[in-house]
Amino acid sequence: MSTVVERAPPRPLALGRARWIGFKTILIREFHRIVRIWPQTILPSAVTATLYLVIFGSVIGRRIGTMEGFAYMVYIAPGLIMQAVIINSYNNVVSSFYGAKFGRHIEELLVSPLPSWIIVSGYVAGGVMRGAMVGLVVSGVWMFFTRLPVLHPTIIVAAAVLTSVTFSLGGFLNAMFAKSFDQISIIPTFVLTPLIYFGGVFYSINTLPVWARHLSLVDPILYMVNSFRFGFLGVSDVGVWVAFAIMAAAVAILFAAAVLLLDRSSGIRE
Amino acid sequence: MNALSVQGLTKTYGNGVQALKGIDLAVEEGDFFALLGPNGAGKTTLIGIVTSLVRKTGGRASIFGHDVDRELEAAKSCIGVVPQEINFNQFESPETIVINQAGFYGIPRPLARVRAQLYLKQLQLWDKRKHASRALSGGMKRRLMIARALMHEPRLLILDEPTAGVDIEVRRSMWEFLRQINQSGTTIILTTHYLEEAETLCRNIAIIDHGRIIERDRMSNLLRKLHTETFVLTLRNPLPQAPPLSGYSVKLVEEHTLEIGVSTEQNLNDLFARLSGLGIEVISMRNKVNRLEEIFIRLVEKGAAA
Repeated sequence: MSTVVERAPPRPLALGRARWIGFKTILIREFHRIVRIWPQTILPSAVTATLYLVIFGSVIGRRIGTMEGFAYMVYIAPGLIMQAVIINSYNNVVSSFYGAKFGRHIEELLVSPLPSWIIVSGYVAGGVMRGAMVGLVVSGVWMFFTRLPVLHPTIIVAAAVLTSVTFSLGGFLNAMFAKSFDQISIIPTFVLTPLIYFGGVFYSINTLPVWARHLSLVDPILYMVNSFRFGFLGVSDVGVWVAFAIMAAAVAILFAAAVLLLDRSSGIRE
Repeated sequence: MNALSVQGLTKTYGNGVQALKGIDLAVEEGDFFALLGPNGAGKTTLIGIVTSLVRKTGGRASIFGHDVDRELEAAKSCIGVVPQEINFNQFESPETIVINQAGFYGIPRPLARVRAQLYLKQLQLWDKRKHASRALSGGMKRRLMIARALMHEPRLLILDEPTAGVDIEVRRSMWEFLRQINQSGTTIILTTHYLEEAETLCRNIAIIDHGRIIERDRMSNLLRKLHTETFVLTLRNPLPQAPPLSGYSVKLVEEHTLEIGVSTEQNLNDLFARLSGLGIEVISMRNKVNRLEEIFIRLVEKGAAA
């Protein structure tokens, strides 16, 4: 092995800059991971979006007619885009963080001087990035076949980002507790999917009986889908500002929980 | 200043196993320090606590004066660690792994690229920089972990069995590299089961067993404590039985091989004179085990008997 070069004495790092570089590094690593395995990360949602478009939009949608004054295909489009954002944000963080735990390369981050809130933020930003990438692909597929109005772009972006952050944090917490690959697929299958399907993606809750309508109000995804839909179509089953308040509260609570758990290293450090 | 200082360090795992029972240890800046002990003695737990991968139950630890409870970020930024188990993402390339690691320590990417080239070349991994790291050999993976640990140019480098499973040629070149790293000012703490490695490289040593430090001394002092060494002699002509060498413990291993125990009060000149007098011609001689190994075994056996 060749000769070691004499090194300059160590210089103290500017803390803020060092943390920013650490955050960017996690994000760049996540980006490369998403792109490297694009048939697993990007492609499935594009295929699913096309299938939904053909079946619900075209075959079944024509028989349903209109909902809240919009063609059924147009009405369900925001919900299906949001569904892709939710699932991909969650899956990105849960699989990436659990994979790092399983392969032990999470230790690269744990021994580094990065504080827990930067590590959580880096993974969450990775989840938001994949949610955005897939959301854009799915939106592109739908926009190609339908004329989807865009009434409030700011609300669309805000709802998508807050939802994506919420479910990225959810994925992070799932990965923290998971002890096997089975445990990272249980929540998406048995919790997320039912919540999405009952969260007003395919229908307005105004079409439901009163008891079901009230029950639907406890589903957080209802607020996310409806605020997102409001951004496109200007219609919502719930108050948009109530929806944003719920999403902001969810982000704050889940972020605090994720940082606290990582600080305590539940399921990671012995 | 001490690079590492621990006082009263204890660790009890969730299953009740008490891995550390009150460790006190100081490693001076610039030292090349050996931390030895049998399997399960507590070496990796101690390293885990220092690098924050294991939570301590009690006691204090500081790195270059930074207390790990109060100044964890500052303490961590001083340490580079090469763990016992492979712990990088095996789907990533060596270049990506080391550049990302630099980023986690706040090193800007352009500088990280320069250092990646420097360390990957020094550790003979430059040609493999774009390969998937899972395809690297065992020795290359270990060298990659050393390169990764050096990317932020730590003041304290902790190596937990860095040459395990590495062939002797690569191991010796790694020794030379580590010696140079130490000479350039980096404090090194090394755990290893190759006691020849510790004896060759380290100036100070601690032996840990059953969660306690049972010996802490300069390497040279410790080796002087060895009262008897066993030498293996290869003979030109066969012997039917062990020769009569009063005062020495002699064993005929096979007809061309003698094992002779020589205490520090005796000398080899006398031994060879007596062998010559008996007409025994010695064509080669070596230590049966290396000296540190002999002391290590005695200390650990003494600890087990107590």
